[in-house]
Amino acid sequence: MLAEKYPNEVKKILAKYPPERKQSAVMPLLHLAQLEAGFVDRHAVVEIAGICGITETDVAEIIGFYTLYHDAPEGKLRLQVCTDISCALRGADEFLAKVCERLGIQPGGTTPDGLVTVEAVMCLAACDKAPMFQVQGPDGIAYHENMTVDKTMEFIETARKEVK
Amino acid sequence: MTKFEPVLTRNTRYPDSEKIATYLAHGGYETARSAVKMQPDAIIEMVKRSGLRGRGGAGFPAGVKWGFMPTDAPQKIVAVNTDEGEPGTFKDREIVERDPHSVIEGVIIAAYAVGANRAYVYIRGEFFLGVKRWIKAIADAYEQGCLGKNIFGSGFDLDMSVHRGAGAYICGEETAMIESLEGKRGSPRLKPPYPAQIGLFGLPTLVHNIETLACIPHIVGRGPEWFAGIGTAESKGPKIFSVSGHVNQPGNYELPLGISLREIIYEYAGGMRGGRALKAVIPGGASTPMLTASQVDVPMAFETLKAAGSELGTGAIVVMDETTCMVEAACRLSKFFAHESCGRCTPCRVGSVRLYEILERIRRGKGQKDDIEFILEIARGIDGNTFCPMGAALVNPARSAIQHFRDEFEYHIANQRCPVSGKPN
Repeated sequence: MLAEKYPNEVKKILAKYPPERKQSAVMPLLHLAQLEAGFVDRHAVVEIAGICGITETDVAEIIGFYTLYHDAPEGKLRLQVCTDISCALRGADEFLAKVCERLGIQPGGTTPDGLVTVEAVMCLAACDKAPMFQVQGPDGIAYHENMTVDKTMEFIETARKEVK
Repeated sequence: MTKFEPVLTRNTRYPDSEKIATYLAHGGYETARSAVKMQPDAIIEMVKRSGLRGRGGAGFPAGVKWGFMPTDAPQKIVAVNTDEGEPGTFKDREIVERDPHSVIEGVIIAAYAVGANRAYVYIRGEFFLGVKRWIKAIADAYEQGCLGKNIFGSGFDLDMSVHRGAGAYICGEETAMIESLEGKRGSPRLKPPYPAQIGLFGLPTLVHNIETLACIPHIVGRGPEWFAGIGTAESKGPKIFSVSGHVNQPGNYELPLGISLREIIYEYAGGMRGGRALKAVIPGGASTPMLTASQVDVPMAFETLKAAGSELGTGAIVVMDETTCMVEAACRLSKFFAHESCGRCTPCRVGSVRLYEILERIRRGKGQKDDIEFILEIARGIDGNTFCPMGAALVNPARSAIQHFRDEFEYHIANQRCPVSGKPN
């Protein structure tokens, strides 16, 4: 339960919005709920709906609409490569294909050990530093810019030792 | 190349530029300190005289927007829009991560001028580092008496919080952002009423892009005439141009509005990568019509780009060289908009996907005889018929690519391959 696990964070989130506007807290609460496991589970949906005074369907709708929320587990790290126009002009497609090839997976797939899911995503506002990706994981989101396939593999190998 | 003294990015040259100590050491918050003792109307008048136009894409005169805020409403809000996510655009991220205090100072001045006591900063969810820095920056500003009760002993109160987005391009549209702040899907609202009348939580709300607000301390501190002295007749002040694509030195360049596209590409961004020839440029982010190499002398200003058949947008310049397939480029851009349509209205929801599908089949060498006309017909059906400006935006890549490079589309369809690469893409 969020309220038991992160009582202070939940309180702080609710304090940001007028008391009669608790629905505004749905996004920050979802970010909080998702942080550890990488997805929002059914129990969190029920709890957040209760806190915000909205239906579970309303919460599910938010999860579905915004791309950073997930309702099912994938790799512990989501390695998300931008393949929009500016990155594509600087080799993002080839980069994504080679990373996937080295990992033996398809774009959208997860490594057999469950560590990394690699996927193409829309613009991440780092157009001058392509190829680049963001990693969504238990520590939040980190940008990795001006990447090469080798540097990416090194990052994954390091993560394999560190992320349990 | 004339040296331009940076205004909006001047603080980012200092180490730890995001910290309040750095900001204060370079005169930070002094303008806000004086502003909260001025007549609010006098500040609005200064912003009007400066000629500042919004930097989020639409270019609406900022002072006029401030003037729309009702004077008699007991509660008002300022909302900062930093949901930057249009392909090619990465200027806001630099301000978010490296100079939060300039914006906080701008918000204090704006809030005081329009009589708002609450501010929200909507930051794109992917900007995790930026969100962390803003939470710290706001806490530090409270501690220094720059936010909270009785700011600088003026009797003016202002509270500010960060609202983290979660990945939705449409939340860059002001009413979609407001919906998102209210905990809903980011679907744009019908206008009018405008946010200045009924905005966040039903209250009058002043919404600005972060770069617009970063201009405010300079306008009030150095005077509107100084600001209006930079730029062209209808486009005043400094602007951060994001340059990406086939240039030697992609990056953000802060320059006066009105500088030529050529100068930005060849003098600042290091020229074309590999010395190749320029083919096309998107001058203002993915939603603005492409220009060709022959238009590269256009001044980067609202009025001149409009006359050239495009828009200044966010000032995000995407440079494409002679090796670029324009079908591929249009297809990639259309895919973005098809993905980002909020789904509220049919022309955008269905039209964006159909546009992308047709471009994709042409790209793959499966184009059909009437596909070009089909694309233009769908574009006509979308443009002007959608709930929000995204409809007009999403047709621009395909329509402008066909306008300038129709022969390339025809070649793809007739020969089932690309004239640039020689094969289906």
